[in-house]
Amino acid sequence: MSSTWYSLIGLASGVAFILALKGLSHPKTARRGNLIGAAGATVATLSVFLYVTPGKDGAEAHSLPIHNLGWILGAIALGLIVGVPAARKVEMTQMPQLVALFNGVGGGAAALVAIVEYLNLGDTATTAEVIFTVFTVVVGCVSFSGSIITFMKLQELMTTRPVVFPGGRFVIAGTLVAVLGVSVWVVVALGTTPLLVLALLSLLFGILFVLPVGGADVPIVISLLNAFTGLTVAASGYVLSSTLLIIAGTLVGASGTILTRLMAEAMGRSLFGTLFGAFTAKPQAATGAAEERPVRSGSPDDVAILLNYARRVVIVPGFGLAVAQAQHTVRELADLMISKGIDVAYGIHPVAGRMPGHMNVLLAEANVPYDQLAEMDEVNPTFGQTDVAIVIGANDVVNPAAQTTPGCPIYGMPILEVSNAGNIIFLKRSMRPGFAGIENELLYDPKTMLLFGDAKASLTKVVSALKAL
Amino acid sequence: MDAMAITSIFVLSVFVGFEVVSKVSSTLHTPLMSGANAIHGVILVGAIIVADHSENNLELGLSLAAIVLATINMVGGFVVTDRMLEMFKPKKDASAAAKKEDEAAKGGQK
Repeated sequence: MSSTWYSLIGLASGVAFILALKGLSHPKTARRGNLIGAAGATVATLSVFLYVTPGKDGAEAHSLPIHNLGWILGAIALGLIVGVPAARKVEMTQMPQLVALFNGVGGGAAALVAIVEYLNLGDTATTAEVIFTVFTVVVGCVSFSGSIITFMKLQELMTTRPVVFPGGRFVIAGTLVAVLGVSVWVVVALGTTPLLVLALLSLLFGILFVLPVGGADVPIVISLLNAFTGLTVAASGYVLSSTLLIIAGTLVGASGTILTRLMAEAMGRSLFGTLFGAFTAKPQAATGAAEERPVRSGSPDDVAILLNYARRVVIVPGFGLAVAQAQHTVRELADLMISKGIDVAYGIHPVAGRMPGHMNVLLAEANVPYDQLAEMDEVNPTFGQTDVAIVIGANDVVNPAAQTTPGCPIYGMPILEVSNAGNIIFLKRSMRPGFAGIENELLYDPKTMLLFGDAKASLTKVVSALKAL
Repeated sequence: MDAMAITSIFVLSVFVGFEVVSKVSSTLHTPLMSGANAIHGVILVGAIIVADHSENNLELGLSLAAIVLATINMVGGFVVTDRMLEMFKPKKDASAAAKKEDEAAKGGQK
């Protein structure tokens, strides 16, 4: 295959990626868009086996077969054996951390490619090539270690709260300065040792960079690291003279940046506040005193009675619904209420769950009619006319502290104003605070009733109690 | 490739990237992020190229590790995105029920 054909195939893959992103931006074309992207990636990968770009000094362009073919195919097979089952078997609730993990390994791959190419080019590397290599190693390593930390936070292998240690900001600033210093060292004095030091420092920086981010803001960070990885792929494309990698990497970098901003806006957060908020926030006062206060808990029968005499009910789902896999049960409850002539709507907070859009996906799985799903701006003005708001496994997205307590980690985030409803029912597993780790005053409100237990079990009991009425 | 051509490709790609996702509902933020995540898995292409160039065992070992990671990123990414989007499919039950009704109606006409 000639280099012209190879370039044309690369261009076609680039176009496929543009169409993929475009398709993914609209609900109707999203699935097709993803398949177009997969097709583009497959064609691009196959084309490398048919044509190999020139190697060192531009003189090594060789014909088929490519070197180390057996090893390469073996490595791809290993990747498939690991990647496909992981993606297939993962639970709905664990998808966010899997995406974080995939992003991390992508960043790691880009960093490794840059290191190998650096070793391979040796003294023949131009300054520009070295600079792009350094960029890829630094950002790729940051993306790798940062994504691993976000994975651990989401998987709850470590605390989901912001991790801040004394003088933390100076340690982070110091590490960043060290990374920049060693980068210059690598560019000036070419060598393997400085590059290795740089990689290790970058990994450290990635960890320090993500540790102070609070649990609720983790999706934004994943999106940002995703954009980072895109840029490293673009930089590798420069070093490897691959137009395809430049186009694909830049597309992801640019769209990822916009997406990060959109997500931050949906949560009412500034990007800066997300990343560095933990350093500026004042320590929270008076969280301990709340433990002993009385709450009103009820039985499934109490809940059923309340619902039976309501005219309008808004269901507010959260991560607890996803954990309990209660989406089908909640639909059953909604259908039952509708058959009793009760007006039912789902109030969907854009970032309820662990990722934006999590609840839409979950309820779509249970075939909840789309017109029953009301977005935040739509449903908030209606809480005044709502008799009962049922909050199922959600906490932070209805926490009035976001409006009333300046300095708390979620301050400024738009919330679902369930406190305006006539009655509030919380389905909770325990009194434990939400993912962001903040006490919710609403739980102690006199018009709040708590129903403890697994969301699915509780809902099933409420459904049978309501049927019996 | 000359620097100007590369710069042009880069700048134009930035604008296309901005443009294609500028209006997306929050429902699709997650699948879109996951799909973009899968796309940068094409670093697999770069990993294969460096594996081909490798001149010693260290280089080969590192590039094979890169191939494994990139494959996981790319293939896993597209599969998990597809699984997320599967949930958005038009309601199976509703359409199946509608079909049955249609058929029943047709049967009735006969």
